[in-house]
Amino acid sequence: MQDFLQLIVTGLVIGSVYALVAMGFALIYKSTSIINFAQGEFVLVGGYVCWWLYTSLHVPIIWAFLLTMVIAVFMGLILERLMLRPMIGEPIISVIMITIALAMVLKSMVTILWGTMIEVFTPPIFSQQAIHLGPVLVSEVYLWTFGFAFLFLGVFAAFFKFTRVGISMRAVADDQQVAQSMGISVKRVFAISWSIGALVSAVGGILVGNINGINIALADFGLKVFPAVILGGLESIAGAIIGGLTIGVLENIMGSYLDIYLGGGVKEIAPFIVLIMILMIKPYGLFGIKEIERV
Amino acid sequence: MPLLSVNNIEVIYDDVILVLKGLSLEVSQGQIVAVLGANGAGKTTTLKAISGLLKTEEGEVTDGSIIFDEVRINGLEPEKIVRMGVFQVMEGRRVFEDLTAKENLIAAAHTQRCSRRELEERIEVVYSYFPRLKERESGLAGYLSGGEQQMLVIGRGMMAKPKLMMLDEPSLGLSPLLVSEIFEIIVKLNKELGTTILLVEQNARMALNIAHHGYIMENGKIVLDDTTEKLKNNEDVKRFYLGMTDMGTKRSYRDVKHYKRRKRWLT
Repeated sequence: MQDFLQLIVTGLVIGSVYALVAMGFALIYKSTSIINFAQGEFVLVGGYVCWWLYTSLHVPIIWAFLLTMVIAVFMGLILERLMLRPMIGEPIISVIMITIALAMVLKSMVTILWGTMIEVFTPPIFSQQAIHLGPVLVSEVYLWTFGFAFLFLGVFAAFFKFTRVGISMRAVADDQQVAQSMGISVKRVFAISWSIGALVSAVGGILVGNINGINIALADFGLKVFPAVILGGLESIAGAIIGGLTIGVLENIMGSYLDIYLGGGVKEIAPFIVLIMILMIKPYGLFGIKEIERV
Repeated sequence: MPLLSVNNIEVIYDDVILVLKGLSLEVSQGQIVAVLGANGAGKTTTLKAISGLLKTEEGEVTDGSIIFDEVRINGLEPEKIVRMGVFQVMEGRRVFEDLTAKENLIAAAHTQRCSRRELEERIEVVYSYFPRLKERESGLAGYLSGGEQQMLVIGRGMMAKPKLMMLDEPSLGLSPLLVSEIFEIIVKLNKELGTTILLVEQNARMALNIAHHGYIMENGKIVLDDTTEKLKNNEDVKRFYLGMTDMGTKRSYRDVKHYKRRKRWLT
């Protein structure tokens, strides 16, 4: 029982980072209808940039963190302007191909710049000291990760609910033409969506990088976002968050209980087994588009 | 100088389909102007040409000019046109379904640089015209009734404080009682807030009752324009748009043949 609780807690922590990255993915999909296959590479770039600033350039961590966020925002803006805006109105398959190409380019650039070795934040930012939470032992870095992930989720939830820019972004997601008829610039909303998508992914990269270290495999972390958003429903930001948490817990539990029978590696594939099952049983996910119908 | 003047415009969709063929109309400050016409006459296209939304659906003004407030606006981005004070309330009650009624109103004030308090005040003004929206302010707009949704889209127009509000078939699909309620509010908006209104309607009787000036459109052209008083007494308008014969009785089926022949002079 204690093991089980332990698995749930650590699963929730990783899940909270999935949730954060998935929120970025869902946001881009919802407002621009683009499936961004480079989401994982945004995670990768964010992790590496922060590590590089902190470990190689000795920038204090707070500044490294903020600077990484700024760089991510600019990366999102520039990519949107140069690669995606010219594609408005082109067939969706071309746009998806562009994001796949973008993923390859970003991954290669990271390899060229920083190699393929596992790098760790030195000196460590958060201590690995274990803390007792009731019956469960959690290391401090996990608590920080969970805290930061939820801080960002909370900030963006409030942003979409209460600020005028957030409301206008939801308006564009709902009906682009009507949003334009009231003077909302759809192009600007697209740009903001991409920069937020890149920002939250970069934060996710920094958080996971602090737990496991950073290498090129961080991009695969982004792939886990797909099961999360499919589970939650592609269009739903709340769904992405719940999907992220669920996938985090599920992979942890399945990995730990099934590895002995199947010889390891279950944790890596568990999310994708869930992905296939969801697509077969409930293709729109738990919170996918439910067109409101008045009776 | 009228507030809006559309001069001899031609609109082409997808580079081939000619929808408006030299259309001109004028709207003076403070007026309600109605544009009447059958389905497919090009009424909605006219509004979209003015608001710039044509661009979003592969349409283009290829000839002529649209002057608003002494500035040529054809070719401008829709955001710019909204900022200048032209607001199109689109046909078919297109509320943002997943936003609450209040959020719909806030989104509509997007171009307005006003403080939070001013924003709340404007929302209160909208609620004073449509008390029912206040009751439903935190409900999702998708679940509002048809009448409430129509009120909400007009309310959204009010949030932008436009000089010219263009309404596209506000009576569509509403019960007669609601239709007269909506039209009363349009008149009130015009009188109390001084908003100039360009109204596109199929409900000719209602539209001619509230408007000062009317245009009649057929096949992408204006075929008749006059003050509404004169239009209401025009034999052809009576026959084709108000459904009355000379004697004030319903026309018989035999006269329908007559329709095509009579109508030819119009085009």
